[in-house]
Amino acid sequence: MRVYLDHNATAPLRPDARDAMLAFLGVPANASSAHREGARARSAVEAARAEVAALVGASPAEIVFTSGATEANNLALRGAGRNGTIVAPAIEHASVLETARAVGDLRLVPVDRNGRVVADDVVAAVDATTRVVSVGLANGEVGSVAPVAEIAAAVRGTLVHSDAAQAAGRIPVDVGALGVDLLSLSAHKLGGPAGVGALYVRAGVTLTPELTGGPQERGRRAGTENVLAIVGFGVAARLAREEVSTRTTALVDRLWAGLRARVPGVVRNGPTDGARLPNTLNVRFPGASGESLLVLLDLAGIAVSLGSACAAGSAEPSHVLLAMGQDRAAARSGIRLSLGWSTTADDVDRVLDVLPHLVAQARGERAA
Amino acid sequence: MSRDRIVVAMSGGVDSAVAAARVVAAGHEVIGISLRLARDGSGSCCSLDDFHDARAVADRLGFPHYVFDMTDAFERHVVRPFVAEYLAGRTPNPCARCNEHVKFGLLWRRARELGATRLATGHYARIATDPETGRLCLRTAVDAAKDQTYFLFALGHEELARTLFPVGELTKTEVRAEAARLGLPVAAKPESMEVCFVPDGDAAGFVARRSAPTLLRPGRVVDDAGHELGRHGGIHRFTVGQRRGLGLAGGPRRYVSAIDATTGTVTVSDAAGLRARGLLARRVSWASGTPPRAGSPLAVRIRHRHPPIPARLAAADGAAARVEFEDAGPAVTPGQAAVFYRGEIVVGGGWIAEGLA
Repeated sequence: MRVYLDHNATAPLRPDARDAMLAFLGVPANASSAHREGARARSAVEAARAEVAALVGASPAEIVFTSGATEANNLALRGAGRNGTIVAPAIEHASVLETARAVGDLRLVPVDRNGRVVADDVVAAVDATTRVVSVGLANGEVGSVAPVAEIAAAVRGTLVHSDAAQAAGRIPVDVGALGVDLLSLSAHKLGGPAGVGALYVRAGVTLTPELTGGPQERGRRAGTENVLAIVGFGVAARLAREEVSTRTTALVDRLWAGLRARVPGVVRNGPTDGARLPNTLNVRFPGASGESLLVLLDLAGIAVSLGSACAAGSAEPSHVLLAMGQDRAAARSGIRLSLGWSTTADDVDRVLDVLPHLVAQARGERAA
Repeated sequence: MSRDRIVVAMSGGVDSAVAAARVVAAGHEVIGISLRLARDGSGSCCSLDDFHDARAVADRLGFPHYVFDMTDAFERHVVRPFVAEYLAGRTPNPCARCNEHVKFGLLWRRARELGATRLATGHYARIATDPETGRLCLRTAVDAAKDQTYFLFALGHEELARTLFPVGELTKTEVRAEAARLGLPVAAKPESMEVCFVPDGDAAGFVARRSAPTLLRPGRVVDDAGHELGRHGGIHRFTVGQRRGLGLAGGPRRYVSAIDATTGTVTVSDAAGLRARGLLARRVSWASGTPPRAGSPLAVRIRHRHPPIPARLAAADGAAARVEFEDAGPAVTPGQAAVFYRGEIVVGGGWIAEGLA
């Protein structure tokens, strides 16, 4: 049995989500069609929309389904961020940073050495030219949670967008309490299928659509809905809402305490206390290459990552760790263990059995 | 047989794919590693397509494959010296440096961390044992036209003892046939010829982009007698032996015969003035650990794909060697490798400091 500790890259599909999707596989399902098949698809899409809305405290009409959080970030920034500046922390996902650069003038806000966004620094970067303030609710690499509510309250009058792909299902997310206008979600980070996500658009906010040529999603995102995926998203959102809990907190605590006891020199990247994701442990083993550790763990049946998964699995030093002030060598030595709905205490114990030996091997302290 | 864990360096091309297949067929546990070397947008190497090709081969053959990022090491050991050599009036050989420092240096250390006993690559070369000393040495590939020992000369006994060249016994045609027989998706993939990190083969443009303008050395173009024939925009645009692109209108055929980095002067000669009597090499290593006796005959290759030139070792002193050609040879290009052969065996090699007039 493999141990999968890379939920921040993608979570395994929840069995209930898969079953719900199978019911739509091979069935004609265009939610815009007038016949019974179409009606069935429409009601499934709207039921899923209600579940996704409930996950973040929105009303269903405020949810726009997209192909994923990347498209949601693009829709938010391209749809509302043109002809001015976009303010964003340096640790945002590439789909925010690169889109912001493409759309207009990106004003990058540094973070502290623990990877935390400092509200005052973000607020200070906002001025009359700012079209959108885009602050990710939680960082998927080191797990820091940003003071989005505080920022939104301080910049009232300016549009606030938050990429909540790594936060939803892991910490409570409520768009009203956060005070955001736009919020991006991803299905596959919480046990739904890849290829579907959503953008919350607060009632009253208008966006220029990116995809045109159809009335779907109230004209905000043209194209026949991916009913199969949306149905899976709805189920995953319901399950994630019901179980947002301290379960992974306890597992991460057990993992971190075990590593500290067994591996000399281990360092935790990211916030050591305060607001952070309960499922993410980013650690560094000075003297051991993160790439070698990833391979050794993979060969031993344990899947982890070096930070944000990039194409072909290659590892440029993490831009998040670099933004935290780490040098390139240190930024290459981190590995990220991210837990989720499928993770068990046995998984954690297996890592604690194996990893100390592999760190010693990667440090050249013992023969294979 | 004993089952070893062996790392195969995979470029995404057909040679390393077949190398991996042969290591698998020998019963070993294979880990495929591709290296990200050049930063994005520079040249032809290590594109995402190459990684995907390597991964498809690994998947087909049933072993795990990973991509390691070695851009920092490649920059330090290969790219920066490449630029510095051109600025110093020499013509660098980045492939040999990459092999020495990155593939058989850093990648080997990573392979050892992974518990591997050997590193295999898709180079066309063989490993032989010197009957006199018992030490391992390089031997040219069966496919002489594909032989890559020129780029591998810096590998000594210790490196060769942990190295496998599984395609060294095959011709390129046989490699492609084997890839096709195994259904490897890269069987017909064309091979790359250029310096992998230099876009469009434009080394001069690359050097200019990577250098502060004050480091570029423009100057005079003169003939053998020192008469100025013209001016040029920087010595990094020239290679000893070069004929094209000299910016000289009309007159006889001329070739670059010398580059003076201090004054920026490029000297051009006719073909006869270009011919060298031999060369002086530095940072020389010998396969046997000690240089052959002065006067020993050997053949020296001064450029990839050039046939070795009959010569004799005039003097060897520490890491320097003076080699004299039997007949006046072609232009000798400082910065290139000089690799010494006795028949198929590589007896040593070093870096060309200068040609002997």
